[in-house]
Amino acid sequence: MNRHLIPLAIFVVLVLFLAVGLRLNPREIPSPLINKPAPAFELPQLHQPDHKVSVADMRGKVWLLNVWASWCVSCRQEHPLLVELSNSGAVPIYGLNYKDQRTDALGWLQEFGNPYVMSISDLEGHIGIDYGVYGVPETFVIDKEGIIRYKQIGPITPEALSNKILPLVRQLNG
Amino acid sequence: MIGRLLAASLLTLWCTLLPAKEAAPIAEDPILEARVMALAGELRCLVCQNQTIADSQADLAVDLRNQIREQLKRGMSDQQIMDYMVQRFGDFVLYRPPVKTITWLLWFGPALLLVGGGGILFYSISRRRKQAGANVLSKDEQARASALLGHSTGRDAR
Repeated sequence: MNRHLIPLAIFVVLVLFLAVGLRLNPREIPSPLINKPAPAFELPQLHQPDHKVSVADMRGKVWLLNVWASWCVSCRQEHPLLVELSNSGAVPIYGLNYKDQRTDALGWLQEFGNPYVMSISDLEGHIGIDYGVYGVPETFVIDKEGIIRYKQIGPITPEALSNKILPLVRQLNG
Repeated sequence: MIGRLLAASLLTLWCTLLPAKEAAPIAEDPILEARVMALAGELRCLVCQNQTIADSQADLAVDLRNQIREQLKRGMSDQQIMDYMVQRFGDFVLYRPPVKTITWLLWFGPALLLVGGGGILFYSISRRRKQAGANVLSKDEQARASALLGHSTGRDAR
């Protein structure tokens, strides 16, 4: 009896491990920046390069920082959702235009719509490194004190928006 | 004919002169470059996760190599640079993760498996030994067995 149960038990454990492993997304690496202050930046606005913006300017509101680029294919996928979110007025979205050409970025926004309160240009990608960006698009939820509360790696899905991001924004605003 | 030969040799020459890819910017200083590559070899590229930052040609890896180079030039220590990377990308960026509670299984798992496997092996061998010992025939049984086989113990006794 025991002789047959032991291999079966080992098999079941193995299947469980594999099942969990298959469901994990290896690209989703937990960010060490969660619950840490958003790294400082002082970057020019995409539309008005003479004007610089810093993290400190955002104090006092809950906001999303969406890392995007005109060369990024998945950004197109999430873009309609961002436009919709922006129209709903639930939370202000700021764009970090990552390693892009200014003209390309402007053209892209013109073509697909601009959901951002403003976009800031990180042409060299230095600020991207500070934010641990490795897979554009990425979205950070940042609270009133400038603390990063959540990071979405890859495009925002409708599920992630309604199950995680929006409840979190409501909670942080509440 | 001569024209063709000339064209062919010119083409060959041109091909050898043609760079395969734009060379990545490297420091003029080979000692610095060696340090950059040594550090980059300890860091995982998050875009192509099975490669180090030294191996990978992903944009991010190139950027991070440049970042390491800048930081070394500014006089940051190896440890400071590693800390800088971990702060931004987490322990995952290290090819040699630190020993912590959550990495115990990772570090000690193989030893655990070895000890466990060795234990099972030892146990089953000793059990088999005992069984083999119990199976030894008594003298009477041995005599009967050789009688049944119709031979004296000798060649066939094996």
